[in-house]
Amino acid sequence: MVGLVLVSHSPQIAEGTAELVRQMAGEVEVAAVGGDAEGTFGTDTERIQGAIVGLGAEEVLVFMDLGSAVLSAETVLEMLSSERREQVRLVDAPFVEGAFAAGVVASAGADAEECVEAAMEARTESKLHGD
Amino acid sequence: MEEHRRTLTKLDSEIGDGDHGTNMHRGFQAALERLDGAEPSSPADALKAVSMALIGKVGGAAGPLYGTAFLRASTALQDKSGVSVEDAAEALEAALEGIKQRGKAEVGDKTMVDALAPAAEAAKEAAGSAEGGVAGVFRAAAAAAKEGAESTVPLSARRGRASYLGARAAGHEDPGARSTYLLLDAAARTLEGSS
Repeated sequence: MVGLVLVSHSPQIAEGTAELVRQMAGEVEVAAVGGDAEGTFGTDTERIQGAIVGLGAEEVLVFMDLGSAVLSAETVLEMLSSERREQVRLVDAPFVEGAFAAGVVASAGADAEECVEAAMEARTESKLHGD
Repeated sequence: MEEHRRTLTKLDSEIGDGDHGTNMHRGFQAALERLDGAEPSSPADALKAVSMALIGKVGGAAGPLYGTAFLRASTALQDKSGVSVEDAAEALEAALEGIKQRGKAEVGDKTMVDALAPAAEAAKEAAGSAEGGVAGVFRAAAAAAKEGAESTVPLSARRGRASYLGARAAGHEDPGARSTYLLLDAAARTLEGSS
């Protein structure tokens, strides 16, 4: 099954989004990595790496919020072994909506490619239909 | 970094989230500790140790960016026991490529690249002139970086958090460009002191 790593500048945003996903997709492994090493706003490459390596899932999707979350995740990707790197994808989707969509599809047994597609749809889907 | 912590934080408060000074200070403290503990066996090892400390400890975008720069410089110096003027210029070029790739930034985006790109260029020229040794290469790089950092003042940011501010970021020097100059200047001063 596909696992998710949620990287946010804020511990609460990462945890809250993970809870939201778990509620709809309890069997999917979701790791929340929020804040920097000091517990303040920022991102922490060591914990991102730990989360990716620590997940039992064969394929891992990483969702990121602002700026340095993306840079940190990309840096971690570069530091992974090439075998592990092939199993990890950074997803260019909205943080909450994308992780939610991917989690729901993953719990239904979708593979990484299908989960990424579901997350990417969250990018273009209008919230106020008819506008 | 200790000396300039406040300046960097002040620049970052104007167009960012105001933590660049604190973050850089913390990162380079960690780098010093790691170097003290590890006794690196080559220039490449030392650069790699610094890279890992910065990636782990800086926190903001500067961590992965400078971390990547030091890592690429380390790779460029792989298997070398000393650093020639050409090696120094090549390491700076590799660092520049790393930062450009990681940050997807080019010259004129109001980032570290605005300081490091002219610095790498100046380093290459200084290496070709065969005067002043490695210290001279870094002195030329630092001078070009200073000018480059100052050139960011009128620019609007196109990458990073300041890019959300659009034209409002104009009129302020980019904190990342300034810290790039400070690093090169510190390297030049250290080499000048030891030669």
